[in-house]
Amino acid sequence: MITGTVILTALTATLAILLVLASRYLPPAADPMADRLERLLPRIQCAQCGYPGCHAYAVAIAAGSASINRCPPGGDETIRELAHALGREPEPLLASLGNASLDKVARIDESLCIGCNLCARVCPVDAIVGISQMMHTVISTHCTGCELCLPPCPVDCIVLEPRDD
Amino acid sequence: MTEYQIHRHMTGGVRLVARKRMSTARTINRTLRPKRLIIPMTQQLGPPATPSVVPGQRVITGQPVGEPGRAPSAAAHAPRSGKVLAVEERLVPGGSQLLKSQCVVLAVDDKSTDADIEPASEWPNLDADRIQAIRNAGIVGLGGAAFPTADKLGATERCGTLILNGAECEPYISCDDMLMREHATDILRGTQTMLDLLGAERCLLGIERDKPVAIESMAAAIADLGDARIRLAAVTSKYPAGGERQLIELLTGMEVPSGKYPIAAGCVCQNVGTAYAVGRLVRLGEPLTTRIVSVTGEGVAEPQNVEVSIGTPIRELIEHCGGYVGDVPRLILGGTMMGYAVSSDELPVTKATNCVIAVHSDEIRDRYEEWPCIRCGDCADVCPARLLPQDLLPRSRTYDFDQLKILGLNDCIECGCCDVVCPSHIPLTAYFRDAKRAQRLHEQHQHLADTSQIRYLRKQERLRLQDEQSELHHTELKAQVAKDSGSRQETIQAALDRVQRRRNSDDRIT
Repeated sequence: MITGTVILTALTATLAILLVLASRYLPPAADPMADRLERLLPRIQCAQCGYPGCHAYAVAIAAGSASINRCPPGGDETIRELAHALGREPEPLLASLGNASLDKVARIDESLCIGCNLCARVCPVDAIVGISQMMHTVISTHCTGCELCLPPCPVDCIVLEPRDD
Repeated sequence: MTEYQIHRHMTGGVRLVARKRMSTARTINRTLRPKRLIIPMTQQLGPPATPSVVPGQRVITGQPVGEPGRAPSAAAHAPRSGKVLAVEERLVPGGSQLLKSQCVVLAVDDKSTDADIEPASEWPNLDADRIQAIRNAGIVGLGGAAFPTADKLGATERCGTLILNGAECEPYISCDDMLMREHATDILRGTQTMLDLLGAERCLLGIERDKPVAIESMAAAIADLGDARIRLAAVTSKYPAGGERQLIELLTGMEVPSGKYPIAAGCVCQNVGTAYAVGRLVRLGEPLTTRIVSVTGEGVAEPQNVEVSIGTPIRELIEHCGGYVGDVPRLILGGTMMGYAVSSDELPVTKATNCVIAVHSDEIRDRYEEWPCIRCGDCADVCPARLLPQDLLPRSRTYDFDQLKILGLNDCIECGCCDVVCPSHIPLTAYFRDAKRAQRLHEQHQHLADTSQIRYLRKQERLRLQDEQSELHHTELKAQVAKDSGSRQETIQAALDRVQRRRNSDDRIT
């Protein structure tokens, strides 16, 4: 009986110490809910939700400070998935935000491009290449169609086209 | 020679009314001389060929008009001599739908002097050269999928069994049947070549039992040839016994792993038409420029099998078979189960076109009303891929991709057996096809999302490092300035003194 008690006590004590050490030294899980929500977003970092990138938006939703209908590229599907994950009712997409779409890619009209490099600076995924004073171009496989490059272009030489597979 | 005995039953499948006799009454018709040819560059499962001719150029019979693209691709040839009218994008029949492809349009002049026929190519001695010759001859799987044959034969994995597919299980189609009746020797010659190239020990020729004449003809040819590697196996006439995976399982007992090619089970499956094309290439040095097409259905006057130059417009093909009879609202390319309806007869015959059904309006039934699923399980009984269509259905409707993956939607071969038996008339295959398309799109988006996130984080990291560095640079500069300021003060003072001195001396002069 005594042996058993000693063994069990030793075991629980060791495990308790291990748990305490683990909780103290292992990196904490950032925010499991935000991470899960971020996985459901299109993650093209278009920032049309008003937050700087998908991660920030996911954190905001998890914290309850943002509504789930602020993601234009994700559309109804993303809203449905977010609602499902949060156990809420889906809401209609907020129409005023923008119209980024996963099915579009940007293309630079290379004859008009003046090489100002402004678009490459705002591209969230580095899909625009080109150096100052030279023609720029879009790597279409990396382009997410986020439309962030449209406003800075001084000569309006960027157009969005349907993505062909 | 004894027939290969099969000791197992087929999984699933349905017995259908074959309606093949309609087109097997006549021998293969070889007298079609098309006036115009539309040769698509996408006739294979893989990248398109690159047109190698220009409008206005004259091409001779058998001349390549398209160079094979990146493998798996295949060349395209001019079946007849003539003048290139245009190289343009057109709608052409693909595997399961119409698709856009570059096409070489030819006005045929049919001159047949020696100078108008491309000289026959020599059959090379080395295996690698032979596979290249098959690629250059533009040979693709003629069963319907049109996978380039050279890439199947050139696989590096070991292949033990070559499955020769002469099952032809779909209703109406009879082109393989007629080919086996009339060209058994050439088929076997091609088969031997393929066996040698694959290094396979045996070849099993699967033919459905409802083709006794073809079985007899092939058995006689095999006996004549005396090649012990090739054996004939009569399989049950149940649809889809001729599906690649189904036939392999039926003949060898091995199941092709999900998402893999048959080579993973040590098998390679080839259609008899492909074997015939290879046989012709070996014997005559001819590229693939013609194929046998079944022209059938109640809407055509003389249903029969026709040897057609690739690229022949379907309209000329139908006219050759006596034209339309009565009201023909649409044509079906391929069989009634896996084929698809088209409304235009200006489309060309491609390498994958095995059958053209002119559908008479009397043959079309009204669209049934779709009733709710009663979970009777009939669809699961007939599914040759051992799936549970009744469970896939609700998830296909709601695009529940995680569940669909677990339930094996991607293993659905879209054979349509579940549609046939469903008592509620639910078009299950249509739902599955739609769900598959949506799933592909979803996966693309997921991939884009993952790469975008990584690239975004990398860019943020890079910008942060840049900021850090410029910050560092600025602090260094400031420190430098502070350090230099002492000596700089002296320099300034010295300069001021100098100026002062000069002024003083100037004052003295005046």
